[in-house]
Amino acid sequence: MWNIPVIRWGKPYESLEKKTLSDFRTGEPLAQVDQAADGMVRRDMRNASAARAALRQIAPGDLIDRLKRAGELYLQADLPLGNGRQSPHDFVRAQAATTGLPEVLCRNNMQKNQFVLSQMGTILDALTRGLDLNILSRGYGMESRSVMVSYQAQSPILGAVLPSNSPGVHTLWLPVIALQLGLVLKPGSQEPWTPYRIMSAMVEAGIPAEAFSMYPGGHDVGGALLNSCRRSMIFGGAATVQQYAGNPGVQVHGPGFTKIVFGEDTVDRWEDYLDLMVESVCSNGGRSCINCSSIWAPRHADKIADAIAARIGTIEVRDIEDPQAELAAFVDPAMAEGVWGMLQAVIQRPEVRHATESYGDRFVRLPHAAYLRPVVMHCQDPGSEAAQQEFMFPCVTVVNCPQAELLKRLGSTLVCTAITDDNHLIASLSDATEIDRLNIGAIPTNRLNWLQPHEGNLIEFLFRSRAYQRA
Amino acid sequence: MTVDQSSAGLSAKISAAQAALDAHTVETIQWHFHESTGSPFWLEKKSQLKFDPLREVNSYADVQKFPLFEDEWLRGGPVERWIPRGLAGRPTYVFETGGTTGIPKSRVVIDDFRIDYENFSDTLPEKYFPRGANWLMLGPSGPRRLRLAVEHLCQYRGGICFCIDLDPRWVIKLIKKGWMEHLEAYKKHCIDQAVTVLTAGHSIRCMFATPKLLDALAIALEEQGTSLRELGITGIFSGGTEFTPQWTRYAVEELLGGPPEISGIYMTPTYGNTLMGLACSKPISAEDGFKISYYAPQPRAVTEVVDFSDPRKTVDYGATGRVKLTTLTREFFIPGFLERDEGEREQPFMTYPWDGVSGVRPFHEIASQTTVGVY
Repeated sequence: MWNIPVIRWGKPYESLEKKTLSDFRTGEPLAQVDQAADGMVRRDMRNASAARAALRQIAPGDLIDRLKRAGELYLQADLPLGNGRQSPHDFVRAQAATTGLPEVLCRNNMQKNQFVLSQMGTILDALTRGLDLNILSRGYGMESRSVMVSYQAQSPILGAVLPSNSPGVHTLWLPVIALQLGLVLKPGSQEPWTPYRIMSAMVEAGIPAEAFSMYPGGHDVGGALLNSCRRSMIFGGAATVQQYAGNPGVQVHGPGFTKIVFGEDTVDRWEDYLDLMVESVCSNGGRSCINCSSIWAPRHADKIADAIAARIGTIEVRDIEDPQAELAAFVDPAMAEGVWGMLQAVIQRPEVRHATESYGDRFVRLPHAAYLRPVVMHCQDPGSEAAQQEFMFPCVTVVNCPQAELLKRLGSTLVCTAITDDNHLIASLSDATEIDRLNIGAIPTNRLNWLQPHEGNLIEFLFRSRAYQRA
Repeated sequence: MTVDQSSAGLSAKISAAQAALDAHTVETIQWHFHESTGSPFWLEKKSQLKFDPLREVNSYADVQKFPLFEDEWLRGGPVERWIPRGLAGRPTYVFETGGTTGIPKSRVVIDDFRIDYENFSDTLPEKYFPRGANWLMLGPSGPRRLRLAVEHLCQYRGGICFCIDLDPRWVIKLIKKGWMEHLEAYKKHCIDQAVTVLTAGHSIRCMFATPKLLDALAIALEEQGTSLRELGITGIFSGGTEFTPQWTRYAVEELLGGPPEISGIYMTPTYGNTLMGLACSKPISAEDGFKISYYAPQPRAVTEVVDFSDPRKTVDYGATGRVKLTTLTREFFIPGFLERDEGEREQPFMTYPWDGVSGVRPFHEIASQTTVGVY
């Protein structure tokens, strides 16, 4: 069994309080995770500047090279984890067994993280619009056009309260080390595996261990982290988003309400985009905020719903080790039961038709877990609550919405794929401030271009452009 | 499982403690259920009992004959119904618990808080809690027993007690509303008051603090370039279910600067509430994994660790159960009240030759509903 310690600026700390992580299928204990406490976080953060100081000893270009090496190690090497070394195979098995995500999807997420680490130089070049990273390192410098610029780090570290539901989100904090800022992470309670493995890979690749702190623990630890890091990110539900809205020090990643919209000009060819819609709904077990949760069409919504239902309504529950598995387990069956209860209320609304009803039971209760099989709904009213749902499994509402009403009905949208060549519609969508990432054309919502910012540019969140003059 | 009585003399001490508890129980029951001395509440309840407490309670075990005490009985007035006739006319305090929403539970007290804390005073090491030292009460103000009790403890030991303003009901509301920025601001407001008092030349040597406030105070002092030790603090009395072994270790190693012989600061955990008084801890050490075992102030109060599904059955030593409290003083009688906490049953030892409870934490079935504030 793994013993996973708290990490305090690179040093392992064995706590007297531990949480056992078990295989959700068998109950077999897999790890004892040491638990931190809020005071410990507050106390350690007084020394946060040392993390940045250690990283500033290494040039940004050198850090980028080391991150590339870390990506390779993360994907392929046996890496230190608490009381032993963990192989990539063991990593995948453990992650699947505690989160319910199929092993094949865990491996996909490893590839995603490795890709971002391997492309760090290009990604930062895009996010900084080509700024010499030494300027971020030094705090000021001369641009190529002989203009003095200054970017001041707003915090020596980035704190992050991480989720358990999708290992893919870790790509968001990976660039921080190359920016010479330390990392203070609270791993998700079911998923300590990825942050610890990435940290180990980075340290083995030559990143100073004192740049990292890991605080597994309860809600008090998350609160302390957010309070004591001047810049942090948190992943959570709508309530979390509301709680931190307007807080300039916290970047909140909540529900995506990701959408696909058809224009009048393309909707009659909707069948050409069926694969795109299915992938957008179902990739990564439907757990991501970039999974499509609603499709908006001026006509044919009923046919689109039925066609998607025919494709995904038959997806069966499979064991997490099955390479064909597409659905993630809810390791807390009560959560699945709660979600299914909410969905049933939505399905019973008069403007809603359950398109997957004829494909068998959606709620599947197993002895130690529960699953929700894909749900497709057709909704005739674009103003209905059913049009703005998001759940942690493949669930999509296909909404009838006249193009003229689209913009005022769309609401908050993390990713919007607009299938249209209508320049007027494209212009309107481009101006819509409620849309974060906009894809024009046939781009599945889950296929992110890593050279683009995600829910705000990380550089702008961590650095402030300011005046800097030298006599 | 039987009690480990291998220590010389422990068996005799256990027997003596049990005999004292039995005698004290009979005396207390006679007081509370006699028409001339009992409280209106218990005299009325007596008529509903299926036994006569005056004749049929002859030992502590007989207290089991009473139905479990329901703390809802403590809500609302008239509060005078709890005052034993034998104590009528004496100056009376009322202390409240909870009260964030709705009517708080209240308990009348005449001298109990003084007696409990004078007894507790005898357990404090003189070296670290010197007589005549001034104290800081870094805990709740308002209608709380703790505030007056700590002040009395300090005065009883010859000192003067400095206090802060702290409304725990507002703290709970802030947490429930999710107003975490306000919560932090309020905590800072409390800590600012404490730092002001500690640095104003009042020669404060001892203090009460909740774990969260002690943590925040230590960090605030360090940010100002000083520390509890530098300010001359030598004795800290603290309490609460957050007082876990891990927190104790963190406090000793990181907040205080080491065990008492190195840091010069002695910290003692306690477990208590308005209904019971104060349970003391077995001395804590790193060698024992900072394990905290509490022992109730018998015979005035008894804690038992009972089966989750059968509160009349005590669990084996080392096993986990819910904490059940019985209070037996002249002012207040509580037969078998199920606390909102659980823990493991501990063996008697020479200092406290009766059962204890360790690992105290919120009862798992209601833990998610429990809001832990700054106190």
